Amino acid sequence: MPADVLIVLVKVVLTMTWTLLLALFLTWVERKESAVMQDRIGANRASVFGLRLFGLFQPFADAIKMFFKEDFDPKFSQRVLHWLAPTVSFFCVAVTMVAVPFGDTVRLFGRSIPLQVVDLDAALLFILAMLSLGIYGILIGGWASANRFALIGSLRGAAQLISYEVALGLSLVGLVMVFPSLRLSALVEYQGGLLFGFLPRWGIFLQPLGFAAFFLAGMAGTKRVPFDMPEGESEIIGFYTEYGGLKFGLFMFTDFLEVIVLASLATTLFFGGWQVPWLGDGGFVFPGGGRWALAPWAVTVLRVLSFNLKVFFFCWLQILARWTYPRFRYDQVMDFGWKVLVPLGVVNILATGLILAVR
Amino acid sequence: MPHAGRVMREILRGIGITARHFFVNMAFHTLRLFGIRTKRRGAVTVQYPEERKALSPRHHSLHRLRPRPDGRPSCVACMLCVTVCPSECIFVEAVGEDDPEVQKYPARFVVDLDRCCFCGFCVEACPVDAIRMDTGEIRLASTTRAGLVRKLDTE
Repeated sequence: MPADVLIVLVKVVLTMTWTLLLALFLTWVERKESAVMQDRIGANRASVFGLRLFGLFQPFADAIKMFFKEDFDPKFSQRVLHWLAPTVSFFCVAVTMVAVPFGDTVRLFGRSIPLQVVDLDAALLFILAMLSLGIYGILIGGWASANRFALIGSLRGAAQLISYEVALGLSLVGLVMVFPSLRLSALVEYQGGLLFGFLPRWGIFLQPLGFAAFFLAGMAGTKRVPFDMPEGESEIIGFYTEYGGLKFGLFMFTDFLEVIVLASLATTLFFGGWQVPWLGDGGFVFPGGGRWALAPWAVTVLRVLSFNLKVFFFCWLQILARWTYPRFRYDQVMDFGWKVLVPLGVVNILATGLILAVR
Repeated sequence: MPHAGRVMREILRGIGITARHFFVNMAFHTLRLFGIRTKRRGAVTVQYPEERKALSPRHHSLHRLRPRPDGRPSCVACMLCVTVCPSECIFVEAVGEDDPEVQKYPARFVVDLDRCCFCGFCVEACPVDAIRMDTGEIRLASTTRAGLVRKLDTE
């Protein structure tokens, strides 16, 4: 029993550390990627003992700056709520990562350890619920700031996130119809199979429309630039208005965590999670008939690597989109959610049902 | 959404353009990293303090007084630059001189860079081409006001 607790503890610490590190370096990736897209170089001056490493130390410099900034409480704000808002926001997003499987089962000292912190029966619902709870962080923040712009921003945010929550849920219904379970480990296991004998049975091939709706709704859920209604830097400063220092940093960090959560969800649900195409437990089995046997540890490493690579790719894609598109107008965001994504989700459900019934 | 198709195409075209920039620039950055010099660079950035772009010959930088062959400033203290200066940042103290070739020269020629707007009117007004703004010195910032007051006759 103590061993089990220890194993879970180690997995929690590892998962959280890795996710937070990834979020920290995503700030660097965002700066660098936007710079390269715009023919610039980007932050490259932060150095430790003259070692620059393409500005890889920049996130630490930013973090130190955030720590030492004044932690400001506006005069009329409600102290406790003002402090609680970023914490709630951060917690609700960070906790979703525990349900995501990042690798298959490892055999260590005679035990089989699944590379996932908790294997919830309704993990999909848990993640959606937690992401919806994140709205409270924004709402509380806007309310507690006692600032009209903050309140407008947070109400906009609530309206947007609730609308897109509907679209997000609908886009996943088709997936739930096709896949046998809501358990993420079972979902990933199922995606290891083959479609028509050669295609990996990934969600994207079974639910292409569902993926499009899911990814767009998810991007709206991260409330970053094309959909940054709650923030709206150029018109209202949004629910951040009265935040500074570490509390603002926590909000910003939450945004990057959301990017990672969306990327890992897209990976897990639609791109086979930790599956590598045609890689079984004993090694590669190619559809043409070729085989390449691999040791179990190599298979595990490949699978964890594959999960991370896919997550990196989707983070990259989201940052690319964030630096490509200008922001929507508020009514356009609402139109897009209710008139495009929700119908798309419904059509996807109908089509999936039809195909399942005919087959 | 009657334009949905067209909107969709433009959205994809947009992300295609930015992705192309990303990959092309990344390719050039990677080549450079491995020591392969290409004519085109991955970025247009000039890393300023280490790297400098050549200034245009018409660029207005810090003023200087052109010296005579014997080393004294060629300024004749006619006060035309003081008169024309829109920022009123030039101060000249004229002194008589026995040498008939010179007659007058500036005992003090002070430019207050705090006020100077680098319009170059003083250069245009000078009848003897004594004041010029071609030193190429553009790092003029100072932490004190006194540091911005430059005495051109002694410098």
